[in-house]
Order: sequence, then structure tokens, then C-alpha cells
Amino acid sequence: MSSARTDQIDVRYVANLARIDLSEEECVTFQEQLDAIIGYIDTLKDIDLEAVENSEGTCVTDAELREDKSRPGLCQQDLLVNAPDSAMGQIRVPKVVDA
Amino acid sequence: MELSQQSITSLRKQLSSGDINTSDILDSLAAAIDEKDAHVGAYLHHDLDAAKQAAKNVDLSLPLGGIPIAIKDNINVKGQPCSCASRFLDGSYTSPYDATVVTKLRNAGAIPYGRTNMDEFAMGSTTENSALGNTLNPHDLSRAPGGSSGGSAAAVASHSAIAALGSDTGGSIRQPASYCGVIGLKPSYGRVSRYGLVAFASSLDQIGPITQNVEDAALLLNAIAGKDPSDATSVDQIETDFTEGLHDGIAGMKLGLPKEYFGDGIDPAVRQKIDEVIKKLESAGAEIVDISLPHTEYAVATYYIIAPAEASSNLSRFDGVRYGNRAKNPDDILDLYRRSREHGFGPEVKRRIILGTYVLSSGYYDAYYNKAQKVRDLIRRDFLAAYQSVDAILSPVTPNVAPLIGADKDNPLQQYLADIFTISANLAGICGISVPCGTISSESGSELPVGLQILGPHMGEQTILRVARAAEATA
Repeated sequence: MSSARTDQIDVRYVANLARIDLSEEECVTFQEQLDAIIGYIDTLKDIDLEAVENSEGTCVTDAELREDKSRPGLCQQDLLVNAPDSAMGQIRVPKVVDA
Repeated sequence: MELSQQSITSLRKQLSSGDINTSDILDSLAAAIDEKDAHVGAYLHHDLDAAKQAAKNVDLSLPLGGIPIAIKDNINVKGQPCSCASRFLDGSYTSPYDATVVTKLRNAGAIPYGRTNMDEFAMGSTTENSALGNTLNPHDLSRAPGGSSGGSAAAVASHSAIAALGSDTGGSIRQPASYCGVIGLKPSYGRVSRYGLVAFASSLDQIGPITQNVEDAALLLNAIAGKDPSDATSVDQIETDFTEGLHDGIAGMKLGLPKEYFGDGIDPAVRQKIDEVIKKLESAGAEIVDISLPHTEYAVATYYIIAPAEASSNLSRFDGVRYGNRAKNPDDILDLYRRSREHGFGPEVKRRIILGTYVLSSGYYDAYYNKAQKVRDLIRRDFLAAYQSVDAILSPVTPNVAPLIGADKDNPLQQYLADIFTISANLAGICGISVPCGTISSESGSELPVGLQILGPHMGEQTILRVARAAEATA
């Protein structure tokens, strides 16, 4: 394990990017655990991959696009059943744009 | 034998002859759940009365006609809760649609009646990351059932389910099946539609059966496999009867033993059980061949970059807006997102989202994610090369038997490292199955199951099922 070599992750900064609030206690625990995990995944830095071409991303199967044809989807009423707050057939959220 | 203890094949015979009806099976399951599930805790929810109603309209001539199937709590079944064992969705989400696998099960006559416990959003390997309750190993209640499909495996092992569906992103079907002494099949990537499976890591996830025997696994795969227009990654495939050739034996087959899977770090008692079953397979006519999968040592690191990266993207949909937990009285929309996610997600989910966000963030993307994709390709090529000379690959499913509850609670890295034998199959997109191959006596006197893993090439399910059946027959 080589955690001393790694940049320390700024847990609070990254949690903010991920839109998750963390308690002080969680921050401390995650800092230690994530430093250890990142120290471990840093073992990949030792492999020489110059000769390997950039991978397409996913993997085994080629995603095949279906024909662009409309077909029945889920109806509005069925979907709104799970919404935490709705009005007039729409999902209600706090105001996003100031008038 | 109680009906709840019997295999699909056995129940189907009795249903077809009219000796029993589906109600009898459901009554037997209800009694088994009452008796055992108070201790094991495999289920989060079940509705056997609704299942009895559904049974009235089932065509018993269909391949799974009248067979009740338990479903992991991350697969949508219309009208039933789907919580992913998370506080984010618990009590606030009812599936508005059937996952494709559920539609296919219904079309084959099966009845989905219950939701099984799991690690929250399938992130974990003991089911201890469930936010909604503990599931214990039916063979030893002081131990974990494995995970993340721990509820499905424990339900089948305790005979409170005939068979179940799970999902496998890095071993989440095979590993709990191994710890619980049942069959767990991870199909090849693209064999089974993922539509309606709550996505964890989309390039790795695959739904598969957890059953009492190999033939049942083949029967369930028959029902759920196939191309689906709603999942662009599902593969156009020839309709196959996976029970065909199951009993043909393995004479002349070449089975590979990768040296990287048989090194230090395996519990010697586990190693002994694996060695014994390999000898029996050799006696049954297989040729055992030493092989190498040279990039195995990088698999865990590669996986714990790619899986969290995909998870951080997939789980951004859980923001408190359209469904699930929403924070009370938010100051603004950002406050709503942040606090809904703070309260809704448990620690492992937060840890993986933060890790995934980190490896994808500006300045780190090339060093981690891009590099991991390249190594993933090398791992996949290792397998392609190996299958030039062998039909299937054998290994232990895990280096150890089922861990004690709480063993690695505060050390996630230690838990990740135990995934070493299962995650490569997901990275390479190939298929794998876990078959029980004996038990080891624990200090407390319990008998803990050991699982043999059989890995086959992409779309090579027929081969691994045949080897699995041969291994099962030696027990």
C-alpha cells in the first residue's frame, strides 16, 4: 500500500461536487478510508499503457441503436404517484430562477 | 419434502400432473417464511395473498407456470415497492412498470411475490450495507450471507424461496450463492436485458438467477434471456434452451486453472475443497490445463475506479426531485439536492459516489478513469486469449468462507480486496456460475459452504452450465 504517495482527496470539496452534505464525523472517516482506497487504486499508475490504444469505454457489446420510432411510454399519472410534491400534473420544486 | 424445499423442475412436474396447485406452493412458502425469515431476514417485503390472486390467471402449461420467484429489491415489479434497501426509496416508491426480466418471467408463467434484501444500491459484499435490516447466513446466523444479492441467496438457501433473481456487478450473485451453498449464475453482458434494473454500474451490471440446482438456473435463464429494444446493450441472440446438453458430461472438455487465482491468500481449507472438486471433474473426463491471466492483479483497482465512476453518474438521478426522499424545507434547489442525498444515502453509497466523482473530476480523469478503461481492455484480452485453449476456467468464488457479521465493517478496502476472483468476469463481460462444492466446519460447529466458480467466454452459458452440472453431480 502506498497512500503516502497519493494526493489527498479533498473530501468536502468532492462531496460538494457530488451534491452531498457530510457531517464533520463522516468527513473524518471518509478522509481516512478514501485515502487508503485511492492509495490502492494508484497501483495502476505502475503499468505502462503507452502501447495500449484508448478504449472505447464500455466493453463487450456494441450498443445498437433502435429505430427512432415513437412508442407508448409511462403515463403522467403513474409517474406522479412517486413524486414527493406535485401540482397541476407537474412536479413542484423550490424556485430556481429569481424573478 | 415440503413444497418450499423442492426445485422448479420437481414442482413443475407435480403442477402439470395436477397433484398440486400454485396455492399449495404459496402456502408452503408462507409457512417457511413465517418459520425461518424471522431469523434470516431475507425478505424486505412479500405479498403472498396477491400472489394467490395472480396464480388464478396463470397458464400452467408455460415453462415456469405457477412458480413463485423472489426478486432482488433493485428490480422493478409493477405495483410493488422497490427500495434498493435504501432509505432514499423506502416507503416512498412504488414501481410504475415491470423490468423486462419480470415481464419475461410473467410471460413464462412465473409469479413475482417478494422483495429480497441487499446491500444498499447493490454496493457491498455482505448485505450489511442494507439500510433496512440485517440478513443472516442460514448456515450460521453469526455470519453474513454475502452480497449484494444476500437476501436472494439466503432465501433460496433457507428454503423460503424456490428460486430468486439477483444482480451481479462485481460478484453480487456468485459470491452470496457461494457463501449460502446455492447456485448463482451471472450471465454474459448483454445476455439479459437490464431495463428496469436500478443501475449501479451500467457497463458491469447483469441480472441472473439464484437457484437450488443447476437445471433450475438454466430454466430461469431460458425465461429471462434475449434481446430487448429497451436495453441497447442487450445482444441479438439465437433463442437457446439452456437445459439442452446439461447432462451430456464433460468428457474431452478443457478446463483452465489460472495460476493467479491459486496463489497465496486463499484459506487452505477452501483450497482443499476446490482441489477435490477439480480432481473429480478430471475423473469425469475433463482435461485440466494450467493457464495464466496476467492482468488479474490489477482487477480490483480497475473495478474500484470504473464501478464508482459509473455509480456517481447513475445515482445522480436520486436528487429528491422526482421520487424518493426529499429534504424538508430546503433553502433552495441545491440545498434540496444536498440534504436529500445526505439523509437518503448510507455511508458506503456516499463513499462510492465521492470516489467516483473524484476519479472523473478534472485533472484526474486521465490518470484514473482512462487508465482503468485501458487495463479493463487488457483483462478482457487475457480471457479471450485463454479461451483459445480452454473451454472454461475454474477457480474459487472467494478466498474465504462467509465472514462473521461486522468483520470488516470499518475497513471498506479490506472488503473490496475479497472480490478478487469475481470482478474480472464483469470487467471482461463474460459469464460465470457458482456451484457448491462441500462445506468447512467452523469453530462454532456450523458447516460453511464453499463455492466453485466456473467462468466461460462471452455467451458461453451452455458450456458453464454443463460443467456446473457435472460438478453438482460429483457432490
